Amino acid sequence: MLWTDTKRIIKSGFVNFWRNGFVSFASVLVMTMTLFVLGLLIFVGATLKASLNQIKDKVDVNVYFVTNALEEDILELKKSLETLPEVAFVEYVSKEKALEQFKTRHKDDQLTLQALDELGENPLGANLNIKAKEISQYEGIVEFLKNESILSATDDIPIIDDVNPFKNKNAIDKLTKIIDSSKILGFIITTILVIASIIITFSTIKLAIYTARDEISVMKLVGASNSYIRGPFVFEGIMYGIISAIITLILFYPLTIWLGPITENFFGGMNLFDYYINTFSKIFIIILGVGILLGAVSSYLAVRKYLKNRE
Amino acid sequence: MIYFDQVSKIYNGGSAALDNITLSIAPKEFISIVGHSGAGKTTLIKMLLAEERPSIGSVFFESSDIHDLSKSELNDFRRRIGAVFQDFRLLPNKTAYENIAFAMEAAGRTDDEIASDVPHVLELVDLGDKLWNFPRELSGGEKQRVAIARAIVNQPDIVIADEPTGNLDPINTYDVVQILKKINDLGTIVILTTHNKGVVDSVGGRVITMDSGRVVRDDKKGKYAL
Repeated sequence: MLWTDTKRIIKSGFVNFWRNGFVSFASVLVMTMTLFVLGLLIFVGATLKASLNQIKDKVDVNVYFVTNALEEDILELKKSLETLPEVAFVEYVSKEKALEQFKTRHKDDQLTLQALDELGENPLGANLNIKAKEISQYEGIVEFLKNESILSATDDIPIIDDVNPFKNKNAIDKLTKIIDSSKILGFIITTILVIASIIITFSTIKLAIYTARDEISVMKLVGASNSYIRGPFVFEGIMYGIISAIITLILFYPLTIWLGPITENFFGGMNLFDYYINTFSKIFIIILGVGILLGAVSSYLAVRKYLKNRE
Repeated sequence: MIYFDQVSKIYNGGSAALDNITLSIAPKEFISIVGHSGAGKTTLIKMLLAEERPSIGSVFFESSDIHDLSKSELNDFRRRIGAVFQDFRLLPNKTAYENIAFAMEAAGRTDDEIASDVPHVLELVDLGDKLWNFPRELSGGEKQRVAIARAIVNQPDIVIADEPTGNLDPINTYDVVQILKKINDLGTIVILTTHNKGVVDSVGGRVITMDSGRVVRDDKKGKYAL
């Protein structure tokens, strides 16, 4: 009985979809637009995140030590830095390595290298390169280093020579603010767009079912149960969702091919097409899932209105 | 079988569409309900289909009050009634065959039963060649015959025909009345509301005359008397 009903509901849904061609076409069109907006938001979000990560990656704190600082003191400081929850990682650059890096950086500048040779000894101090998990946390780390610098002083001479972000503090503060507000703005825009598209889709499906309200009352009159009346409409809604999702996913293919190189140049590092291909299964599930859910729920709610009274 | 117990229906504003109706209908009866527009005929039918609730009183089918039925009991009850209307009320996006099949599907009949009964019942109303036509492709008389076929396909206990000939020409009217008489001959209660004197006189069964929401005449072997 249940199987027979399900079979009939699915068949009826298909037939209705086909016979109400224009209404189906309009509903699929509107829902495609909704899913397209949703997909665009996923792409915009990913691009924004990638470029933010790149900016974040460029921000770090360098601690320069005096040349006569003991390596074990530095490593101890590194260890205590690593215990901080804000710190993502700490890289130790020894005196020798700093010299090597300096030499490779100036390998075309004979004058500087000559001057270095003349000096005889290594004039560079060791340094620690610290990356925080969040940009806003750099201030805390710098604060920590300030205190540490006093504590770890041997014979009242601090081993820390300089901490560089003191100079970049303003720039970092500004960047933090920009990133924070872009996140909030992005969230607000996303929410508004998604809500608006859902309302438009819902209204379209409601209108499509409104044209069938007389049919619904006839179906009730011949004694059809509510679920048997509702079934084909909900199935039609699911079909709108599936078809719209497939159209949307196909549309994104040429779009990302076209946008790929542009985004790569502009935002650096991320090619939208590669992102689409690599995360296809995830995007597929999101778009298809939202489409099906939107179609089914809209139809369910729209039919419910006409099923409520006993008429 | 059907019993109206002191039923009144008062709409907002205080006018009574039905005023204290008591009426009983026995099995196998053919009942014509006549009266002017606004006499309460359609309201009476709506009470019986449980489309509207009485303000006072109750309507019984066998021993149960039909306005106290649960949703699923109501669906079962509606499957025991076949209804035909002036405006046909066919499903516009379904063919003649599918319209009738839908009523059988709603009643939970099997695919085999549907495949054998639908052509048979359409043959009965003389539409054996219009199985796959949509309502918009049928004439008024043909649409009404599809509606009658749908009303009788589940072998109901009662067929209600609310002004079924209102939109039909005399020849189609005659056909529809003949079909209703045939249905009644097979043992089904037929309740017919109409304005048409000729229809009532040709049926020759029980005639109930209504005016201003009251039953003013109830003749066992009646004629149209307004």
